[in-house]
Amino acid sequence: MSKKGIDSHPYIPNSVPEIREEMLAELGLNSLEDLHVEIPEALRFKGRLDLPEPYGSEAELSREVRKLLKKNQPAGQAVSFLGGGCWQHYVPAVCDEIMNRAEFLSGYAGEPYNDHGRFQTLFEYESMVAELVDMDVVNVPTFDWGQAAATSVRMASRITGRDIALVAGTMGRERFKIMTNYCDPDVRLVEVAYDDKRGIMDLTDLEAKLSADVAAVYFENPSYLGFLETQGEKIAQLAHDVGALLVVGVDPSSLGVLSPPSAYGADIVCGDLQPLGQHAYYGGSQSGFIATRDEPKFVLEFPSRLFGLVPTRVEGEYGFGDVAYNRTSFGNLREKGKEYVGTQTSLIAIVAGVYLALMGPEGMREIGETIVQQTTYLREKLSAIPGVNPNRFDHPVFKEFVVDFSATGLTVAEINQALLEKGIFGGHDLSTDFLQLGQSALYCVTEIHRKADLDYLVSSLTKVIAELRGE
Amino acid sequence: MKRIKRDGLVRQFHQASWNEPIIFELSQPGERGVRVSAAEAEVQAAVGEVNKLIPQHMQRKHLNLPEINQKRVLTHYLRLSQETLGGDLNPEIGQGTCTVKYNPTINDKLAGVPELAGMHPLQNPETAQGILEIIYRTDLMMRAISGLDAFSFQPGGGSQATMTMASIVRMFHRLRGEEEQRDEVITTLFSHPSDAAAPALKGYRIIHIPPNECGLPDYEAFRAAVGPKTAAFVVANPEDTGLYNPRVAEFTKLVHDAGGLNCYDQANANGLFGVARAREAGFDMCYFNLHKSFGAPHGCGGPGCGAIGVTAALRDYLPVPLVVKSESGDYVLDEDLAHTIGKVRSFHGTPQVVLKSYAWIMSLGADGLYEVAKVAALNNAYLQHQLLKDPDIDLPFNSSLQRIEQVRYSVSKLTEKTGFSSGDISNRMMDFGLHIWSSHHPYYVPDPLTLEPTESPSRADLDEYAATLRHVIRECYENPELIRTAPHRSTIHQVDESNLDDPDSWCPTWRVYLRKVDDKK
Repeated sequence: MSKKGIDSHPYIPNSVPEIREEMLAELGLNSLEDLHVEIPEALRFKGRLDLPEPYGSEAELSREVRKLLKKNQPAGQAVSFLGGGCWQHYVPAVCDEIMNRAEFLSGYAGEPYNDHGRFQTLFEYESMVAELVDMDVVNVPTFDWGQAAATSVRMASRITGRDIALVAGTMGRERFKIMTNYCDPDVRLVEVAYDDKRGIMDLTDLEAKLSADVAAVYFENPSYLGFLETQGEKIAQLAHDVGALLVVGVDPSSLGVLSPPSAYGADIVCGDLQPLGQHAYYGGSQSGFIATRDEPKFVLEFPSRLFGLVPTRVEGEYGFGDVAYNRTSFGNLREKGKEYVGTQTSLIAIVAGVYLALMGPEGMREIGETIVQQTTYLREKLSAIPGVNPNRFDHPVFKEFVVDFSATGLTVAEINQALLEKGIFGGHDLSTDFLQLGQSALYCVTEIHRKADLDYLVSSLTKVIAELRGE
Repeated sequence: MKRIKRDGLVRQFHQASWNEPIIFELSQPGERGVRVSAAEAEVQAAVGEVNKLIPQHMQRKHLNLPEINQKRVLTHYLRLSQETLGGDLNPEIGQGTCTVKYNPTINDKLAGVPELAGMHPLQNPETAQGILEIIYRTDLMMRAISGLDAFSFQPGGGSQATMTMASIVRMFHRLRGEEEQRDEVITTLFSHPSDAAAPALKGYRIIHIPPNECGLPDYEAFRAAVGPKTAAFVVANPEDTGLYNPRVAEFTKLVHDAGGLNCYDQANANGLFGVARAREAGFDMCYFNLHKSFGAPHGCGGPGCGAIGVTAALRDYLPVPLVVKSESGDYVLDEDLAHTIGKVRSFHGTPQVVLKSYAWIMSLGADGLYEVAKVAALNNAYLQHQLLKDPDIDLPFNSSLQRIEQVRYSVSKLTEKTGFSSGDISNRMMDFGLHIWSSHHPYYVPDPLTLEPTESPSRADLDEYAATLRHVIRECYENPELIRTAPHRSTIHQVDESNLDDPDSWCPTWRVYLRKVDDKK
């Protein structure tokens, strides 16, 4: 067998043979094989790992990886109407700049001194999202909205000592699966029926399912299917009447124009930071936040880190630290802490802070207005195409809405395939996840669209449907 | 001018200290950081005013965000970035268990190209063949490295990967009708806190195996703990001490014989590439932190990826979807796993992190990975050799046993003599641009220093780190006031943490701070 290992790799300074030899000599060792002696022979891997030959240079690596990625047809370079939990918004250049700072990219778990900047940026993100949702406490974020909703429900369960969560039957299916697995075996999710005409929660069914065993009622606003849940106050009242908490999931990009869930009685608010300054990354930039009021019964149930403001020895200086650290699994309690904490999505939160600082109250209002106007425009235009029903749920929406194609006799898959040939990514096909909606798709419009994009979709759909029907 | 002599090992340093206001304090009404596209006039004319499109009772009344011009926002965040001493700025040796190695810049550049950044997760897989091929190839590479048979890249970090393993354990026993009977998970005191906390979340009672006099998990205690109630064994090896349990295969055999599953926390895998694998040690599952061992950056705490691998028998329990190659050679998503636990993270996890690790492995290959493991162990042994020259630094437990890639030292002798703890030393190390992380709690090793050099530092970096640490220990005797009041040349001075556990005075956000400060007035 040839000699194992590699000499003078740029990522491994001490792979330089002379230095390696000198270091070994100082330790009284003859070769690298004198290391790892505590691993018994039977557990040693004998051969050479079956891996592809590495690229010989950085230039080659760069060329070959780019070549692979060129096989992608990114939605970001087409006219796309995909949403469903990951949304295309314009990413300001300053967000990209901060996202790619080596200091933040390579930071991790420094102390309040050498990582003062990490603590401050995350405290500021917490503080700005707190304003956006009009709550007092926001966590250093978790993985995504689904995880945030799952933890919110577990928090509610611990606070109330109850083990059922009633969730809106229209919530995102992915999130439902994430919550189901995460809550198992302690909290059971029960779906609440919805009004078939408008999508909003069926309050009769909700009342029938509410009991003294219910820890939380959870719905999303805007809902996964796009419509606004306009009965928030009533749902809150019904939940509170039986001693349950109200948990609401929210798309933060809507909160410049929509009232925050706290205004209609939410006790815990959660959602995703992805729309705040993140590219899609094939789904890799999701990030979940959780917000509550500043009451110990809530704060002490967070599993996440919460960075708080503290004084230092010197007047005029801010410092930061962990609020109630010992509630986390990093504290002294290990498995007796709240759930667990670890590497999650801090960098996305830092950038969400940058985004909110750039947008300010006016920017958030304007983006919301643009989205609502453009969504309304497209919805009206689509309603003129025979067989296409963009009012499957006849209710106000924010940036997404269900388009029912059933009356065309075509499948969403067929339509989307034909649209793709025209450079359009049609809305997300709902026919698998929401059988009861028939051949429906979830269309998403944001501020990145222009009128020409919307008109192009309308003309293309008209043509595509006629062609597919042989008309 | 004279040539600067570089023979001193202890660096003159001062970190950036901008005393930057909290972002709300920068607000100047009327300023704005970015302009937003409005709907075009024809669209506006067609649909009318916004307040007619949103039900009145759901319209936002007021939003208190800061109003700041673009340059000031950029300046603010650049200053705060300067006040963050990431691994690219210092040889991050002091963050043991975290494997803060060099994250090659090229990989970040590759992950940022529009052909990845612009990919929507719900695109038709036919239009995502590039990234799916990368995920598929990385799966094959992880199989080779671990000896296991299938990988999912959905978990977003090590703790979520451990939760995923615990979810599979529960589903496995549920389907065999043994869910009620098997309600215990066994771990060790020196495994990561999440190895206890994540299975506890999944409803398991946690049994901790203490170390024996050598610092290794006690075999007799373990044998006594394994039985018909055992659902799984969840363990790191090497543990956070850097010690490798040579009897691990006997441990996993006991668990298998009792009907349980073995789950391997491979967060500490950096010293094992090509040296030892999960399969030979008897594990049914393992996970790797791509943001640690596989060169992807930590991002101040994510996004990361805890790639979870399983044996063929457990493939159908993994979260969906998996990326597979069809007969025609296309890469497709397999949603059809008979016993799947469902989903743990949305969409496909963090593909940009997978891409960075793919590129990292493709720069190194099998020989390069072996070199990583060997040099990580060499650097660790070398640093240990330098540090143990100081009588105040101890190697707890059996000091003749080789550690693998990290060491948990103790400075309890120093504490006894001077009163200074590892935390005090950590504060002073900041003054030299170096870091010692606080180690996982609770402290089973008193006054711990957990150091993990990885393969990334040069010998000069290791020498500087050792010399500085020894210098600081000398200062504990010679200039105790300097230590007591450290840091002096970091971003800020010692924090007063006394309000952090008091609900009446903790300040988790700016609005709470303003309210509580006003209340005190």
